[in-house]
Amino acid sequence: MNTAMECILYLAVLILLAVPLGTYIGKVMNGEPVFLSKVILPIENATYRMLKIEKEEQMTAKKYSISVILFSVFSFLVLFLLHLLQGVLPLNPESLPGTSWHLAFNNTSSFVTNTNWQSYSGESTLSYFTQMLGLTVQNFASAAVGIAVLFALIRGFIKVKETGLGSFWVDTTRTILYILLPLSLVISIALVSQGVIQNFSSYQTVTLVQPVTLQDGTKITQEVVPQGPAASQIAIKQLGTNGGGYMGTNSAHPLENPTPFSNLIEMLSILLIPAALCFTFGRNVKDKRQGVAIFLAMFILLCSALAVIAASESGASPQLAQNGAVNVSSVGQAGGNMEGKETRFGIAASSTWAAFTTAASNGSVNSMHDSYTPLGGMIPMLLMQLGEVVFGGVGCGLYGMIGFAILAVFIAGLMVGRTPEYLGKKIEPYEMRMAVLVCLATPVAILIGSGLAAALPQTVQSLSNKGAHGFSEILYAYSSAGGNNGSAFAGFNANTVFGNVSIGLIMLFVRFVPMLATLAIAGSLVQKKRVAVSAGTLPTHNAMFVGLLIFVVLLIGALSFFPALALGPIAEYFQMLG
Amino acid sequence: MTKMVKSLAPKALAFLLLITLLCGVIYPLFVTGISQLLFPKQANGSIIEINGTKYGSELLAQQFTGNQYMWGRVMNLDTKTFQSKDGKTLLYATPSNLSPASDEYKKLIAGRVAKIKAADPDKANTPIPEDLVTCSGSGLDPHISPAAADYQISRIAKARGISADKVHEIVLQYTNRKLFGIFGEDTVNVLQVNLALDGILK
Repeated sequence: MNTAMECILYLAVLILLAVPLGTYIGKVMNGEPVFLSKVILPIENATYRMLKIEKEEQMTAKKYSISVILFSVFSFLVLFLLHLLQGVLPLNPESLPGTSWHLAFNNTSSFVTNTNWQSYSGESTLSYFTQMLGLTVQNFASAAVGIAVLFALIRGFIKVKETGLGSFWVDTTRTILYILLPLSLVISIALVSQGVIQNFSSYQTVTLVQPVTLQDGTKITQEVVPQGPAASQIAIKQLGTNGGGYMGTNSAHPLENPTPFSNLIEMLSILLIPAALCFTFGRNVKDKRQGVAIFLAMFILLCSALAVIAASESGASPQLAQNGAVNVSSVGQAGGNMEGKETRFGIAASSTWAAFTTAASNGSVNSMHDSYTPLGGMIPMLLMQLGEVVFGGVGCGLYGMIGFAILAVFIAGLMVGRTPEYLGKKIEPYEMRMAVLVCLATPVAILIGSGLAAALPQTVQSLSNKGAHGFSEILYAYSSAGGNNGSAFAGFNANTVFGNVSIGLIMLFVRFVPMLATLAIAGSLVQKKRVAVSAGTLPTHNAMFVGLLIFVVLLIGALSFFPALALGPIAEYFQMLG
Repeated sequence: MTKMVKSLAPKALAFLLLITLLCGVIYPLFVTGISQLLFPKQANGSIIEINGTKYGSELLAQQFTGNQYMWGRVMNLDTKTFQSKDGKTLLYATPSNLSPASDEYKKLIAGRVAKIKAADPDKANTPIPEDLVTCSGSGLDPHISPAAADYQISRIAKARGISADKVHEIVLQYTNRKLFGIFGEDTVNVLQVNLALDGILK
């Protein structure tokens, strides 16, 4: 009962914060004054002067797309080189060498695409220089790109018979200056107050109170305490749906997420902007009900997922309970399945995080999903397979969901035999084709990727569990890449040439194909005239449409993945009972 | 198309460099400055240092096995990743990433149960709180639940020849409560309890 109460409170606080933030973001992106304008407007204008950016420029879809791609290509090149060259660059007190080319390719693809899948452990692989100038920068940049593209799409709906979608540079600048940086500043300082590290020292060693003797007789008398500029990176990795941990074990690590309060901040940060953007959408298309409808569809899916995860994790497996020899009750302790979970978080805070992070394409974790019960681990996987549209990544989750909304009005239009329309714009075959690209890129990439990996004999060596759960580890890895999520069943070792390259390619594909298709939709819609609402118009703000949208999302997800899920988590579930 | 690429490329590169300066240099330096000023202990790893000896970080678990000490979560030791400057192995730990539903897991837990019961035969019939037989999410969880701490009090008191009340008092002193009575869980900090038992932390 307490678990349910705690989960419900997390959701309530989320909504309370997301609604006002949604209004704020809407104002910022329209260039309306906000309370921070006095401080930030001079910096914003200086940026435009320095880079010769025209504030009122209206880019065509083509120009907007080329700007996105060029910016991402340069981001890729710089980050790739940082990985290879970190050995000779400064701020490397642990003298870590450059990474392998395939790890560099994987990780660069990962951070440029807002996935932040990690095939390595941060504290033992990357220098402070790479973490700061590479990863932290892309945490901001990739998040801002997603939000920018969403606003190009919104302008496609509201403008009539024009060609311009706004300026990519202006949208990105505003996102970073007004939204991401101020929030990150406040959150990182709050995290440090709780015990998250933020320094440039070399790693500390401490003396063990009781020395440890290994089986081979080696006596260990000291422990390492990793250091570095962690809090500044953690704040933005939570806010920007990035998720790439400073530490290998991400926000389960006590130096990355030390207390229930730091956990509350980090967890709410995951869904804060994606949820707020739903309300921004309604505000900026000048029909708040449209935003609320999309929000509700996402929220209902999120709550259902959370309920299943929390219920599954509240019960321990028979293998853990040992016929009563182990106390798994919730008296004086969290109870349930505590394997892979931190004591300070227990079941409710861990399950809520698991649902949030896979609903949003964040991918940070505060518990090890690999050690979830079979059904508790299946739901996070399913949330990613749905295409990361249950809130999803900042910006990209919402434009993905709008892709599904277009599919939904098209299906409804077919049933009644009328040309479908959405937000006053006719949906014609061109938009439909592009929407299909948006919606199907993820399932296609996941199925091909995990199919290939499962067929390769060497993949077995990457697994840490056998049988059905081993297959789940593979499926989870490719679902994570295919949803640009980045979380993992972390027992799977993806740091191999095949793992790094295949996962890297999938992340690039599922990021940029839907993104360019979205801009193509925006470019086509912006030129259309507005059709008047008539008796034949399907309302897209009522309960029926919310239901229809959920149905379409589940239809595509369930049809694509039910067979694979039956072989993995569902098979394991029956084995567990067996 | 080519013309557009050529004209936009310098702007894209300049934009990236500007963001790098802002988000990759100024922002982390600014946060570091404020953190070191306001929260120097927390920002540097919450290290417990008494009379020049660093006994550990409040936030990182150490492995305890003696009967006189409070035990923590099961640690999956990592002794390959970190070495000190003079080449000595440094302790670190990672999560198990095991499925809790397999036969191997069942055997593993049974082994841990047997070990704990052997160390404290008086409690052979009391179910063992699960924190003591499970590996955490980080492998370095510094806490256990109050139930897991209570379970060990009689063993520790016996091994040290002190009263159970005294041990209980120390446990309560290093117990952290839920946030606002609802968020997260009550926890006991294992390292702090052990340092207090040894008389180092007062």
